[in-house]
Amino acid sequence: MSEPTEQRIRDIIAGSDVVLFMKGVPAAPQCGFSGAVVQILNGLGVPFTGINVLADPDIREGIKSFSNWPTIPQLYVKGELLGGCDIVREMFKLGELAAVLNDKGVAVAAS
Amino acid sequence: MAMAGPEIEQLIREAFPDAHVIVTDLAGDGDHYGARVVSQAFAGKSRIQQHQMVYAALKGQMGEALHALALETAVPK
Repeated sequence: MSEPTEQRIRDIIAGSDVVLFMKGVPAAPQCGFSGAVVQILNGLGVPFTGINVLADPDIREGIKSFSNWPTIPQLYVKGELLGGCDIVREMFKLGELAAVLNDKGVAVAAS
Repeated sequence: MAMAGPEIEQLIREAFPDAHVIVTDLAGDGDHYGARVVSQAFAGKSRIQQHQMVYAALKGQMGEALHALALETAVPK
């Protein structure tokens, strides 16, 4: 990954409390896994920034090596990778997701 | 470009010799798999770290030849 790309990713992640790197945009996900995470976040009433990796090949490749995580979607909370679709779904199912977000100081509308 | 289920299972077993591994072909298309890996190696690791360990075992195939792997990791009870 080039340094400018890495810096761009750092800036994006630092720019919002909750950032989802996804395929498509939140209103129109283009992959079921990305869509599942969007649904969970919307269900919890968590505001987030969606980054469409399909619109940016540098970010799409860069984000995989950035966190040593090979797949999209990737959910970052306060600059830290929380997980991909499987982990987010599991945490939501177990009721841990809202708690983790709260712990990190992110407002959750529903719980 | 797809990967066979037994191949996935073998790579995981090589990395986690003690593991209980179940690989399921979710869609029957050789492209969307589910894997449940239970190993003592996951003890004390976060979920992120556990999944990263399995991805490392797959030697770069994840996201390439292997399009989708719904992953579930656990420590034996």
